[in-house]
Amino acid sequence: MPFLKADNLSFDYGPRQVLRHISLALEPGRFYGLLGPNGSGKTTLLDLLIANLTPAQGAISLQGRPLASYSRRQLARQMALVPQEFDLGFDFPVRDIVMMGRHPHIRRFAAPGPEDWACTGRAMADLQVDRLADRSITALSGGEKQRVVAARALAQDTPLLIMDEATANLDIRHTIQIFQVVRRRVEEGGIVLAAIHDLNLAAAFCDEIFLLKEGGLQAAGPPEEVLAAPRIAEVFGVRCQTSFNAFNRSHQVAFQWRRQ
Amino acid sequence: MTDCSRHNRPPYLMITALGLALVLAIVVSAGMGYLAITPLEVAQVIWAKVSGSPLPVDFDPTFGYVVWEVRLPRILTAALVGGSLAVAGVLFQAILLNPLADPYTLGVSSGAAFGASLALLINISFLSLYSVPLFAFAGAVATLFVVLALASVDGRLGTGTLILSGVIVAAILSAGIGFIKHLADEQVAVIIFWLMGSFAARTWSHVMLVCGAALAGLVIAFFFGRDLNIMALGQRSSDSLGVDTARTRKILLVAGSLVTATCVSVSGIIGFIGLITPHLMRFIVGPDNRKLIPVSFLAGAILLLAADTLTRAVLPSEVPIGVLTALIGGPFFCYIFRKKQLHALS
Repeated sequence: MPFLKADNLSFDYGPRQVLRHISLALEPGRFYGLLGPNGSGKTTLLDLLIANLTPAQGAISLQGRPLASYSRRQLARQMALVPQEFDLGFDFPVRDIVMMGRHPHIRRFAAPGPEDWACTGRAMADLQVDRLADRSITALSGGEKQRVVAARALAQDTPLLIMDEATANLDIRHTIQIFQVVRRRVEEGGIVLAAIHDLNLAAAFCDEIFLLKEGGLQAAGPPEEVLAAPRIAEVFGVRCQTSFNAFNRSHQVAFQWRRQ
Repeated sequence: MTDCSRHNRPPYLMITALGLALVLAIVVSAGMGYLAITPLEVAQVIWAKVSGSPLPVDFDPTFGYVVWEVRLPRILTAALVGGSLAVAGVLFQAILLNPLADPYTLGVSSGAAFGASLALLINISFLSLYSVPLFAFAGAVATLFVVLALASVDGRLGTGTLILSGVIVAAILSAGIGFIKHLADEQVAVIIFWLMGSFAARTWSHVMLVCGAALAGLVIAFFFGRDLNIMALGQRSSDSLGVDTARTRKILLVAGSLVTATCVSVSGIIGFIGLITPHLMRFIVGPDNRKLIPVSFLAGAILLLAADTLTRAVLPSEVPIGVLTALIGGPFFCYIFRKKQLHALS
């Protein structure tokens, strides 16, 4: 039984249909990439999977039970979200923000226990934000904030981690850092589903890729199969060459930047 | 890791200090006024009433009457209203994700003012003393539900739409109040005076009423303290962290508004306490609502009690309390707001 299963999902905002007949399944120990052009429905699909939106048609089940039968708190123990953007009007210290990831595990009125401190400590160390622990979140740069939010999701310590273009505002070093950290979670049996814009990043880290186009699932499978040059041309409208990159030992894409 | 656990402890020291300051303020202010009474005598009266033992035989009985029947009800009402408005301020700022929100942001004050003006205009007397407070309360609650209905789209409440709905409804009600004033002729002075707020001639039944509202507000706010912190992250994130954001937001909006409506019905409209107190306390204890709620309650109580004592016993003639808090609070708020802006730039 897959951990999460979506069956024939459709969704529309009024007359505009955003998703059509999407089916997918997530298995433990796998890194999934969700790719597609802007407006192809990636964020809407993620919103359906985290129960932020309700599908117009279709069903989602988590560990064999309908997603709607879970309370918010129960869901938060199964899946964590790293959002794309993050802005906060109140100057909480970084440590408090990361500790918020432990909210679904701590009883009301109870203080964080040793395991909660251990989880937040590990998450902050993994993403190297531990030296920012006492700084105010409002005083951090965009990249630092994004790593703090990722640390919060890691501290939540859930089987499934969902990333919504989580590294869009990060430099290359920190992008690689976050992906290496979550890849390690996958090796330990976790599941990651990440909406990613960078095709090469996705090809290097993902076991399986879901490619969306105009709300439909265009292809699903290993990177080297899904990210073939003709399909990239069809979905994204750009010319490219693909090859096996020996340095990364992965499938990679080289784009044609300028018309010859 | 030991510093981590200390870091999140409740601010016991701050709560104790503020609690003592509040008790001191109550005792001292009860001695202030036309008839000067020493704090020791005030304490004697309070002790005698609370413990049920008789006062010493040489004790002036007028002192007992003035302290217990005249001044203390007013003082306690002022303190409880101040504390309640401050807690409501914490709630509204946390729910609306806006440090500049206050208990009146959703038009609750305009609704109360409209209700009270209406009662004064048609000179309702069948409910005797309580007709104006009841109308004010009804106006505030009705306004709240109109604003909530206007702002909710299939069960969701966006913070932006909430504030906008509040502004729209308040604007309509202001026009309504203007029209009532226009119709009122000689009653207009009574309406204006009520709108400016007052604690004069409050009784123990007022104290009990506000006390109930304050307790309910504190308990509910404290119950959802941690959820409030997480809701600061925005709905998508707080939902993913296990908070039922839409439901919690609705519960707390209603609770905060009912507390505010009770305060308004007892004292009229008193601005700036609910805005400034949480703001000030955030400088001291930080943004954690679990700390902010008790500390703001005590600080709000002290602030409004001090302001009311100023207008009652220090100033040569009584200035309406709502005017006084706005006159002191407004410029003060401009100062901290400006300072924060400059600080953010540097």
